[in-house]
Amino acid sequence: MLTRRTLLTLTAASPILGSAAFLSSPARAATPKGVIVMAKQIDDLVSGFDPAEAYDITNLEVVPNLYRGLVMPDAADNTKVVGDLAKSWTVSPDGTTFTFKLKTDIKFASGKAVTAEDAAFSFRRAVKLNKLPAFILTQFGFAKDNVETLITAPDNETLVMKLPAPVAPTFLLFCLTAPVGGVVEKATALAHEVDGDMGNGWLKLHSAGAGGYQMVEWVASDHLTLDANPHHGTPNQPRRIFMRHVPDPSAQLLMLQKGDADIARNLTPDLLKKVREDKSMTIVSAGQAVSVYIAMNQAVPALQKVEVRQALKWAIDYDGIATNITPNMFSVAQGFLPPGLPGGLTDRLFKKDVAKAKQLLAAAGYPDGFDVTLEVPSSAPYADIGQAVQADLAAVGIRVKLVTGEMRQVMTKTRQRSHELALMPWGTDYFDPYSNSQTFCENPNDGDDTKLKTMAWRSHYVDKELNDMSVAASKELDTDKRMAMYRDMQLKFADRAPFVMMLQKIASAVMAKGVSGFTIGPQTGFTQYADIRKA
Amino acid sequence: MIKLGATASSLAITLFGLVVVTFFIGRVIPIDPVIAILGDHARPELVDRLRAELALDQPLTTQFWLYLGKLVQGDLGRSVMTSNPVLDDIRLYFPATVELGTTAMILSTLIGVPLGVISAVRRNSRIDQVARVVSLFGHSLPIPVLGLVSLLLFYAWLGWSPGTGRLGVAYVGLIPAVTGFLTVDALIAGDLEVFWDALAHLILPAAVLAYFSMAYISRMTRAFMIEALSGEYVITARAKGLSAARVIWRHAFGNIAVRLVTVLALTYAGLLEGAVVTEMIFSWPGIGQYLTVSLMNADMNAVIGATLVVGSVYMVMNMLADIVYRVLDPRV
Repeated sequence: MLTRRTLLTLTAASPILGSAAFLSSPARAATPKGVIVMAKQIDDLVSGFDPAEAYDITNLEVVPNLYRGLVMPDAADNTKVVGDLAKSWTVSPDGTTFTFKLKTDIKFASGKAVTAEDAAFSFRRAVKLNKLPAFILTQFGFAKDNVETLITAPDNETLVMKLPAPVAPTFLLFCLTAPVGGVVEKATALAHEVDGDMGNGWLKLHSAGAGGYQMVEWVASDHLTLDANPHHGTPNQPRRIFMRHVPDPSAQLLMLQKGDADIARNLTPDLLKKVREDKSMTIVSAGQAVSVYIAMNQAVPALQKVEVRQALKWAIDYDGIATNITPNMFSVAQGFLPPGLPGGLTDRLFKKDVAKAKQLLAAAGYPDGFDVTLEVPSSAPYADIGQAVQADLAAVGIRVKLVTGEMRQVMTKTRQRSHELALMPWGTDYFDPYSNSQTFCENPNDGDDTKLKTMAWRSHYVDKELNDMSVAASKELDTDKRMAMYRDMQLKFADRAPFVMMLQKIASAVMAKGVSGFTIGPQTGFTQYADIRKA
Repeated sequence: MIKLGATASSLAITLFGLVVVTFFIGRVIPIDPVIAILGDHARPELVDRLRAELALDQPLTTQFWLYLGKLVQGDLGRSVMTSNPVLDDIRLYFPATVELGTTAMILSTLIGVPLGVISAVRRNSRIDQVARVVSLFGHSLPIPVLGLVSLLLFYAWLGWSPGTGRLGVAYVGLIPAVTGFLTVDALIAGDLEVFWDALAHLILPAAVLAYFSMAYISRMTRAFMIEALSGEYVITARAKGLSAARVIWRHAFGNIAVRLVTVLALTYAGLLEGAVVTEMIFSWPGIGQYLTVSLMNADMNAVIGATLVVGSVYMVMNMLADIVYRVLDPRV
């Protein structure tokens, strides 16, 4: 969604304003006490706030503040999950039956206690509605016609999930931390049911959860208001969260300085640099599970040669791009699992080495390089990254013709498999290694009739060994063994797969003076508004 | 009567043309609308389901007749971006633009027209030079720069203006929406506090917009007036011994009024189309921003709906200008 902003040349004016803003010493007029005002670009909200449907950027952060799930990622150790609504759970030795015991003292915003039946209803509901995020649950074998018997609540405190086939326990648990695992109050959802939608229409704009907040109002491209859930039990949590849609990053900084906003969410790298000089504000940032990669379509003869694929990986100046084009925005990450995600790869496998790349090209039979097109989204920073890649590849003899287009245009093209090279971002679907390992490694049927149109499929990449390893890792019951498998896979992948994994997104937010407790994690669910404090 | 009928039918034909062009442009852009809605992560079965739901699997002409059939019943479809009916969205965003555009129009007319007249009368005087420099600036400064600088100056440094948005945080949602114009709604509710806050938020973006239209209006007024003032009827009027004010305002200005109305009407129509950049900088949820974001999301129902509104505005303004001509000029 950055296209529009760059298009409007606002960014061109940002540095001027950013520097100028710091010449001033504006008196801070405080936002109302107990109200946290957040300046953020929130025009991405397309799918509303129903946990069974939410799948944009902002609502994936908001939904975990409205609803609680059975388990949540452990903030201290990303590779573990801890109980949220559940106080404990057991997994049958064969890895097919998960039994959760629920805490009994947790209440919905309505004041009613959260029961196992509410949880069972929520999972069945998400499966039956079958909206965008439903696959996170249905990939375990749940379907419309079996979910009633597979997910049950024998009593108020016990929830039993039976899986048709065994899976790695961590796989299921990590998937349950996704917003689609949010528990909805059954009675409220059904009270608002229209034409059998299980309250989906109503829940797009309202909430019925046990999270720290409840929905008050959403006006698209304007604002979002959340009020504290009186039964949440966090002392001193902000009474209200007011998110204002502020498309211009410079205006966000101004609001922060003038005291009209407590937290700014979309400051550009140059503005962040200025903020760093101002000691009164606090910057929080974290690497996120969003990767930037170049896909090499295997329909292109030159790219079928493994040496050519390796040459591309050795030709690119990763550090140059990260420091010069995307400081504070993207950092180097070369595995298909970015750091922060369980199994994330921190190793540096490639760096710019022109001689080596040339040697590999010669070995592949292309001593004079070849011509190829690279599809690049026109928005910042992708267009600039594309140009840097073009220059890097030119240095080893590969003549790249850049084809820039709107993000969705590039998306459409790669989904039709009509690209040669394509530079794209990819955000992981859920907080488990399998999301990325499946999409980058699995392609059991390369035909147009397949049900599984993964990233690998889009680039005609068929690798039986990696495909089978990915499937096996998703079923590995031993967690340590499982993580070791992902490491092994990523090294093999780096060596031969037609994907250059380049960068990982860093999300940053700035808190005004006196504001604390706002956190960002690798997954949106880490951000809990109830922890924010204002002096 | 015949003339009115002709106007109405030409209006209908133009609107129909607009629908046809927008509809087909929306279908030939190289973006799959289903992917635009669902994103890059959608599974094939979901993509197929939505494609069928939106009738995108039908032939293009069938799609068009389906859309047209709903349109004549007043159904513009649903926006995928806001998940509201497009008509509801327009009801929400268009008043914000009208409020801003009208305020800007009033400001620019009240300043631009007299400024143009004075410049023409005192041609090459100091006041003319100043006026010309001011309007030249207005013409040449890019609006993002002017918007950001004014925000920096009047909001950040001087503190004369409140920040961005239509209302301060504390006032959002306090008064019921009746007309959608916050200042008017606040007065209807009898809430002066909200009224002053809404007005304060309105002034800076309106002034930025007004500066641009003011520059245009004053330049046009000046040019028209210079031409009129050299007319023989003006010399005659002067020779008759009429007062300078009467010559300027009654004889010269009276003669340029018709042409000026066209300029004003088109300027106003331009303002009502929504000023995307100004709306972005000032976080103003208007139709310009709505149209742009919808376009970027390939949200075609919203795009066609908003385009129809903008098109209608132009046509209505043209019609109004026609009517005003008749009042001002008995010959038409």
